Amino acid sequence: MSDDEPVDDETVDGETVDESSGDGSAGDEADTETNDGQQFDRLPETAAERVVEGRATREAVLDWWAERFGIDPELFAEHSFWEKGAGKIWAFSGEMPEPARDVESLGMTFLRTRQEHWKPTTDAAQRFGRHASKNTISLSDDEASAFVAGEDQDLEWDGDWGYVIPTHDLAGREEPLGVGLYVYGELRSVVPKGRQRDV
Amino acid sequence: METFERYRDVVDDFEAFLAACERGLPMAVRVNTLRATTDEAVAAFEAEGVDVERVDWHPHVLVPDTDKPGLTWPGYHGWTHGQEEVSAIPATVLDPQPGERVWDACAAPGSKTTQLAAMMDDTGTLVANDNNLGRLSALRFNTERLGVTNVVVTNQDSRNYSLVPFDGETFDRVLVDAPCSCEGTIRKNPDALDNWNLGHVEEVARVQKGILRRAAQVTEPGGTIVYSTCTFAPEENEAVLDHVLEHEPVEVVDYDLPLEHVSGLTEWEGESFDPQVTKAKRVYPHHNDTGGFFTAKLEVTGA
Repeated sequence: MSDDEPVDDETVDGETVDESSGDGSAGDEADTETNDGQQFDRLPETAAERVVEGRATREAVLDWWAERFGIDPELFAEHSFWEKGAGKIWAFSGEMPEPARDVESLGMTFLRTRQEHWKPTTDAAQRFGRHASKNTISLSDDEASAFVAGEDQDLEWDGDWGYVIPTHDLAGREEPLGVGLYVYGELRSVVPKGRQRDV
Repeated sequence: METFERYRDVVDDFEAFLAACERGLPMAVRVNTLRATTDEAVAAFEAEGVDVERVDWHPHVLVPDTDKPGLTWPGYHGWTHGQEEVSAIPATVLDPQPGERVWDACAAPGSKTTQLAAMMDDTGTLVANDNNLGRLSALRFNTERLGVTNVVVTNQDSRNYSLVPFDGETFDRVLVDAPCSCEGTIRKNPDALDNWNLGHVEEVARVQKGILRRAAQVTEPGGTIVYSTCTFAPEENEAVLDHVLEHEPVEVVDYDLPLEHVSGLTEWEGESFDPQVTKAKRVYPHHNDTGGFFTAKLEVTGA
């Protein structure tokens, strides 16, 4: 019952959605079913097994985390990936019949696909980002505070433009803060409003 | 506090009980062991100048010296979750194991759900249900913030919970942390009794009976159910157990609780209950300087 921290209701689905651009990985299947936004469908292993146009594959998702953040696909060995709605991918470690119907969520929202630049969620970055070996940016405590307050900041960094995982030291551990977008010498905070804090 | 006069004859040291109910309650947090150890969480609080007290009965419950533990680094990172001390009792008693199938029948806003997930090491399947659509977003927010991935969130009425989404698969353990009149939260919510009336108590008791009966029906024989409320009213506690003992193949079993407590009541206002209800435990606010809580452990004996 009523014993937990206050939450901001807009957060859960509060991430910005860009449905306008192609996903760059649709393949050639012209036949096929369309995405059903009311159920959770498990991602196909590979493009050869894909029956829903535009759907990301497990292989592509693992490759994306490996390529962007250097995360070993083995980390996700116990997780299945599911799509509900256009492009929203969920990571789930339990068992459910496929497709999963009459459920509100499976595991956590994990990755936004069906757009030019795939975008990890803040929760996924916090959960799995400890294992990232590239495109992480170590911040000072002041920089980290600004980041989680939702502020953009100028920052010298010589990595690739795109989504990054900023970290800071917490009790001796480089702990991931969430997801940032690094462009034009600036680290933009994309921490959703409900997760932003004045720490 | 007049409402509590009805408990004068059943609560030991009633004046101490009333006095405790008048006092505020310090904020407690539970360490999310999916993210950090208790020592790491303590170190993180201390690194930002927040002193921390450890409670002696539970290794993952801390009382940091701040009104807003959510606005600290361990809070931001999901190393800790604001949760009243007694609220950590039911999941601890249910004791789910990694790999099991577990149902949390009244899950929102998710403090106990996330505790169950951590105890399961984020493996197996944890089905978290709530009938209130408005509270589901809080449940989802908290499970995701704490990095839980073994959870399936559903929005059904637990009294006639359908297993169709799961192809009929039943559960090893079930938590029924029932909606209740919340009398035991008076220290945190001083207005908890404002809308108290016996009609509401009786109405919510009917819902509780329905949910606990359904829990018995969807639990494997030999499986475990924990029934808990944050209220004192026997109508919502022992009377609910008595009803379900009569109608479903369950028994109340004993368990250890290293907090001061008293046994469940076998009589209330001329009504007597199955003697098994003495195995349930009542925690009063003056016992351990906490909120009030009721917890019973049941085992399903047959199909």
